[in-house]
Amino acid sequence: MSVSSNEKRNALLSVRQVAKSFTMHLRDGVVLPVVNDVNFELFAGECVVLGGPSGVGKSSILRMVYGNYAIDSGEILIRQNPFGEPRDLGAGDPRLVLDLRRDCIGYVSQFLRAVPRVSALDIVAEPLVSRGVDRTVAAEKAAGLLRRLHLPEALFDLPPATFSGGEKQRVNIARGFITDHPILLLDEPTASLDAGNRDVVISMIREKLDAGTAILGIFHDQPVRDAVATRTIDVSAFSARRAA
Amino acid sequence: MSSPILSVSNLERRYGDFIGCTDISFDVWPGEVVAIVGESGSGKTTLLNCISGRLERSSGSIRYNMRDGRFPDLADLSEAERRFLMRTDWGFVHQNPADGLRMRVSAGANVGERLMAIGDRHYGEIRDTATEWLGRVEIAGDRIDDKPVAFSGGMRQRLQIARNLVTRPRLIFMDEPTGGLDVSVQARVLDLLRGLVSDLGLAVVIVTHDLAVARLLSQRMIVMKSGRIVETGLTDRVLDDPHHPYTQLLVASILES
Repeated sequence: MSVSSNEKRNALLSVRQVAKSFTMHLRDGVVLPVVNDVNFELFAGECVVLGGPSGVGKSSILRMVYGNYAIDSGEILIRQNPFGEPRDLGAGDPRLVLDLRRDCIGYVSQFLRAVPRVSALDIVAEPLVSRGVDRTVAAEKAAGLLRRLHLPEALFDLPPATFSGGEKQRVNIARGFITDHPILLLDEPTASLDAGNRDVVISMIREKLDAGTAILGIFHDQPVRDAVATRTIDVSAFSARRAA
Repeated sequence: MSSPILSVSNLERRYGDFIGCTDISFDVWPGEVVAIVGESGSGKTTLLNCISGRLERSSGSIRYNMRDGRFPDLADLSEAERRFLMRTDWGFVHQNPADGLRMRVSAGANVGERLMAIGDRHYGEIRDTATEWLGRVEIAGDRIDDKPVAFSGGMRQRLQIARNLVTRPRLIFMDEPTGGLDVSVQARVLDLLRGLVSDLGLAVVIVTHDLAVARLLSQRMIVMKSGRIVETGLTDRVLDDPHHPYTQLLVASILES
């Protein structure tokens, strides 16, 4: 999967020689290495699964690609399309990261961070509204996604703080899938869903792939992984803890 | 717009030998919310007062991007220009609403006064606009003739916000806007602020010691300690992957919810 084998198409995401550790200053400066020499590429229309046991650094890699964790060294190059100029998110310029999040990278985290008083529908519609889409149009699309994920209509106008784990997760999924970001990061999106909704998410992922979205995800759920993965990267190969 | 609305460079404020804040450089861009966090005495309020022209600096530059395209240092503005800025282009939301409101005139007059300051003279229109803004901050229209002394703390704070926003400013400074409020009231004021800031595309510099407030409202964060900036960056990056020992201490001190 070198660039040369894909010379006509550039990767949307190129992670190059990335290293990450945590320095715990409150614990006498102990350094916790996370990953070393992470190298991989992600192309349009493929779903790459980050594999390996718990604690090996899978979620950390997603967070680095989203700019939520800073990296110690290396590059995280993002393209808006296969012919676009690469921009280095890893350099950590906050305004660039915000631009890339608005235009290029969607992210479904494991947990929804609910905002007091904001309804489920508004939370889902927000990424579209922030990209300038009319509020009514965005709300209709949000409602469509929530219906598809079988969220009861009665919950649409309520803030998700009191929702169940599975309901919150569906709000989170709808929010991540509402835009057409070229890159989508999924951190165990189906972890607390029943089989019916899991299948909905699988078809939503397949539709994204058909549309050319590049997906990087963590799926502990084997049936989901089997249904959507086009390639697996074993994160143990990058793990700095193994050697530590 | 591809240039900052406010640009601070090598700012220092001393109180005799004591350092209020020093070596401060940062930009604020149109439409973004920047949170300045740190404990009491870290210099964050000194910094806010300097950049909002309320306190004289000892050295450094503070430049503001005017509506007419000029980008002067605040020190080079005439007194009239500076006053005009404060009345129209800028807002300042104080922690204690009594510092930003006139407590003995009506709620409607508190909002209308800022409009009159920029030349509005039509009483009916001013009253209509004031009513509209009271509505936007969730104060019932029939309270328009009541004085803020008759309002609760949360209502006063919302009234102060309306008074600041009515002139459609481009930059708002806030000093612990929810600091004096009950938790339940805080959530409402915060949500209101969050909505208004994004609807109006305001640039905001907000001082807070509450990291949850910073996370909710801001895109970027500046962490201060002993008058200096110790860490800056994207708000969620600073909070989820803090690098400086002091930031790690702040983040580790939050109760998990």
